[in-house]
Parts: sequence; structure tokens; C-alpha cells
Amino acid sequence: MKLAIVKYNAGNIQSVIYALNRLGIEPVLTDDVDELRSADKVLFPGQGEASNAMNYLRSKGLDQVIKDLKQPVFGICIGQQLLCEHSEENNTDCLGIIPAKVKKFPPLDKVPQIGWNTVTELKSPLFKGIAEESYVYFVHSYYVESNAYQIATTNYILPYACALQKDNFYAVQFHPEKSSDVGEQILKNFIEL
Amino acid sequence: MLTKRIIPCLDVKDGKTVKGVNFLNLRDAGDPVELGALYSQQGADELVFLDITATLEKRGTLVELVKRVAQHINIPFTIGGGIGSIEDVSACLNAGADKVSVNSSAIKNPALIDQLSKEFGNQCIVVAIDTRNVGGMNLVHSHGGTKPTDLDTIAWAKEMQERGAGELLLTSMDKDGTKAGFANELTAYISTHVSIPIIASGGAGTMEHFTDVFTLGKADAALAASIFHFKEIAIPELKSYLSGKGIHMRK
Repeated sequence: MKLAIVKYNAGNIQSVIYALNRLGIEPVLTDDVDELRSADKVLFPGQGEASNAMNYLRSKGLDQVIKDLKQPVFGICIGQQLLCEHSEENNTDCLGIIPAKVKKFPPLDKVPQIGWNTVTELKSPLFKGIAEESYVYFVHSYYVESNAYQIATTNYILPYACALQKDNFYAVQFHPEKSSDVGEQILKNFIEL
Repeated sequence: MLTKRIIPCLDVKDGKTVKGVNFLNLRDAGDPVELGALYSQQGADELVFLDITATLEKRGTLVELVKRVAQHINIPFTIGGGIGSIEDVSACLNAGADKVSVNSSAIKNPALIDQLSKEFGNQCIVVAIDTRNVGGMNLVHSHGGTKPTDLDTIAWAKEMQERGAGELLLTSMDKDGTKAGFANELTAYISTHVSIPIIASGGAGTMEHFTDVFTLGKADAALAASIFHFKEIAIPELKSYLSGKGIHMRK
């Protein structure tokens, strides 16, 4: 199986690569259009700031390439937020693949949310074998509002969409590559889709 | 619900784990990656690796350690020790670290924190603060707690948040190595006067001390070293004890 990771200016890609290596996968990190199109699966991970990431993707023409992908695509963290329509982070228009909005946590508790929180209302093959109320690791200041494409919910300050699925596009806000055995199972589920 | 976090800290010198009492008299406690993996299996929520190697090839040894940890461990970890530039941070994050901890370099040049958070996002920038009570004042200390500064700890904590720290690692030099409990009063004061998470460090000796730091100390996470390394407290028992006290823990 050929798994490609979208190469762009967002950080912390190495952890995802190591997590895939532990599952026996050697991913290709690439911004080459043909390589992305011909991969069996595409991962779109990263940490970073939304407007910088979108500007970079547009400057390389990767925005259109990602939108046109037909194989399973998995957005992680900022990757999830970029698949949405719009982010409040520097008022950024995102890829618009999933009709959902990204908002900043209201300052009613500590922001960023850093640490382990539960996932509930699990609704996708992505969560095969994952128990309700399992713990996964989050680090983020912006969240995706509840919407029709939500496949899991987390509650921090308010309930929000910690995972999304629309057609071949899957996404999670948390870091499966850092979420111990639960995260490993979710990555495995994506690989086996 | 977001859980409180238990974080073993591994002080690493020349590739091996060490733990000092009041930051002196280092003792050898084994291979950091093996120890980290063991803690991860036992339910540690995160790990902190502080590299106290003082060589010219500093960044090289840091990055090597980060790579080994990231390859073998599937929970988040922070790397610290002599990190002083955008290049250092970039090298550590690219090698697989989730967060970096900055201490003396922020004291020397506070604007570094603005630069780092702008470049990498505040979620991965931890500012470590070593504090000691000097004549009734809580003062920040630099260089592994050896050099006093004239910075007031509370004012410094607020400034670091404003400049873009995503988390504060507060070590009480008065408590560190004493096993007499965390600095709960100071931790609580800072935790309620900033809006970012606080990791409390220094003084853990009993399981009750952890209850206290999460309740009285209002800490978001608690860090300890020797009590874990020398098997005085086991993480699974600690977490089940804290759950029993009504403190939300990852199971």
C-alpha cells in the first residue's frame, strides 16, 4: 500500500511518520501532484497556524489537488481545521471540503486545551474497536463547531466536533500518533479503510 | 472531561537518566528511552526529557535523543535543556518532539518567546520557571536554578504567557528534592492568574502530595522524577489513588 503525507509548512510531521513505521508502513512525504494523486491513502497532518498553512498550500497549487483527491484522506489537527470552510484563526478561508466552521475557544477555561480528553458518539469505521469515552491527546486553541459531518464529540468548555467525515475525507482534531494504543488503533483503522 | 496529567521527568546527561537532590549530586538512573517507554506503558500521560549535557555538540545530542524517543514512544513528550534559538526549536520539533521547554534563554532574551510562539504556535512552547523564596520574595532562578535573578516569579509567569508561552513548568527550588510536598500556595496563585496550563514540579514524596497539588495547588499537571525512578510510587497505583479521591485521570 502506498501512503502519501502532504508536505507543506506545518510542523510535527515526524511523529506521524514514526507512528506509521510502528504499524509497518513507510509513508512518502511529498508535495508532488502525481505522487499524491496516485497514492492509496493520503494523510494531511500537522500543527501550525491556519493562514500561513493556507497561503502555502495555495502558492503550491496543493489546495486544488487535495480537494480533487478520491482516495481516503485523513486530516489530523490543523489538517482537520483546514478541510473546513473557514477558521477564525486570522480570519482564514480554508479548503471548504467539509461545510463546518473553526472557532476559537471562548476564554472560560485554560486555552490551549492541552492533554487527554474523551471521545464520545463515535460513528465511523475510523473508530472500529474504539470504546466510547476512550482517551485521546489534544493540543489546540481552535475547535470545529458541531455540524452534520461530525463522527465524534469531545467536551471542553463546550461540546464540539473532534472528528469529521464527508465522502472520502476523514479528520480528527486530536493526535492519534500521540494517543497511545487508542490512537494507534485509529491510525490502523484508517490504513485498513 | 480533560484529565489532570502525571508527568515523569527524566533528567538526561550524556545519554543517561540522572536525578539530583536540589539539582546537585547527580545519580545514574538508567536509559532514558527505555525508562520513558516503561512509564508510557504504565499510564504516564506525558514525558519530559531535560538534557543537562553541557557540551559544544549540545544540539546534536538533543536531536538524537528526540529521535530515539519519538521512534519508540507513542505519548507526547517535551524536550528541554539549553534550547536558545529558533533553530534549536525547529530541529527538536522536526525530529519528533511535541513541545520544547525554554528556561534560561527566555530570561536572557524574553522576546525569544514571542518569536518562538509566532514561528511554531504557542501550543509547543513551554516556559520552565525555577523559583526560590529569597527573603520573602519568590524570585526566578536561571541556569538550572543556580543563579538568582531579580525577576518576581508571578510577574514573570504573566509576562511569559503574554509573550506566547503555551504552558508553564513551575519548579519550586525550595521544595525540589525534599519530598515534603509541592509548593501549593504559589502554584495555585499562578494557576488562577494566568489562562494557560501549569505543570507543578518539585517536592513530590507521597501520593497525597499529588492530591494536594491538583486540589489546593490547582495545577493542571504534576511532574516528578526520583519517586518514579526509584519505584517509591508506581504510576498505576498513583492514578487509581487519585481517581479514588475524585481527581479526573486517564484510565
